Amino acid sequence: MKICKIQELLDARVLVGEEDLGKHVYSACGSDMMSDVLAFVKDQAVLVTGLVNVQVIRTAEMMDMVCVVFVRDKQPTEEMLRLAKECGIVVLASKKRMYEACGILYSNGLVGNKLKEPTA
Amino acid sequence: MSEVLSFHFDVDGNDFTCAGQASVQVKKNLRRLGLSPETIRRVSIAMYEGEINMVIHAGGGHAEVRVAQDAIEIILEDKGPGIADIEKAMQAGYSTAPDTIRSLGFGAGMGLPNMKRYTDSLDIQSTVGVGTRIVMRVNLDN
Repeated sequence: MKICKIQELLDARVLVGEEDLGKHVYSACGSDMMSDVLAFVKDQAVLVTGLVNVQVIRTAEMMDMVCVVFVRDKQPTEEMLRLAKECGIVVLASKKRMYEACGILYSNGLVGNKLKEPTA
Repeated sequence: MSEVLSFHFDVDGNDFTCAGQASVQVKKNLRRLGLSPETIRRVSIAMYEGEINMVIHAGGGHAEVRVAQDAIEIILEDKGPGIADIEKAMQAGYSTAPDTIRSLGFGAGMGLPNMKRYTDSLDIQSTVGVGTRIVMRVNLDN
């Protein structure tokens, strides 16, 4: 799914990364707990969250994610947007709530990602 | 392991906003070395979780990343309160972090399990009232 499709489905505003809306993503996860996000690994993922602090962007950067969607009309800070721009992460903001946003993306084919098995 | 490169960082324990800056820098440094994205991700996530832990629980500390031919070692040292029950702390979901930390998106009891998940070995030496030393190793497939 292209990021611009996510924007359209979630009726979202683009806060950072207009030029990257054509990028493809293949998986997503939704959480307000960053350590839960860090337990999952897969390339090209989208993070859907209602949490607003710089650690959201750092988590996305650590996971090589390409897009963060803030739900419930949350407004990220200037510092977060600056960091996202630096890392090449697209930032979207939607008025939809987490459950609805995830449901819409999932039912349109953007599936979840799989848990990385602990190493023995 | 014969050491090729090492990076040293002081982790400020007073500012949660800054937590993770060392990990971001490590990620940048490892990218420059041309390591595989998977290896870089494993090292930086494990270090990020460790760094967040040092800020949440220990008031900061020191981090060192050693890059050798066969592996990358991440050494985290703090003079915090120590971990009373390491086995319990390793359980997913167990956390002693206060609610204020949970509202920031951490303290879900996934930090140490994630550090184990992404590394090939994890060694924790901790003494209550003295501090904690964690050594993590990510093997490089040459």
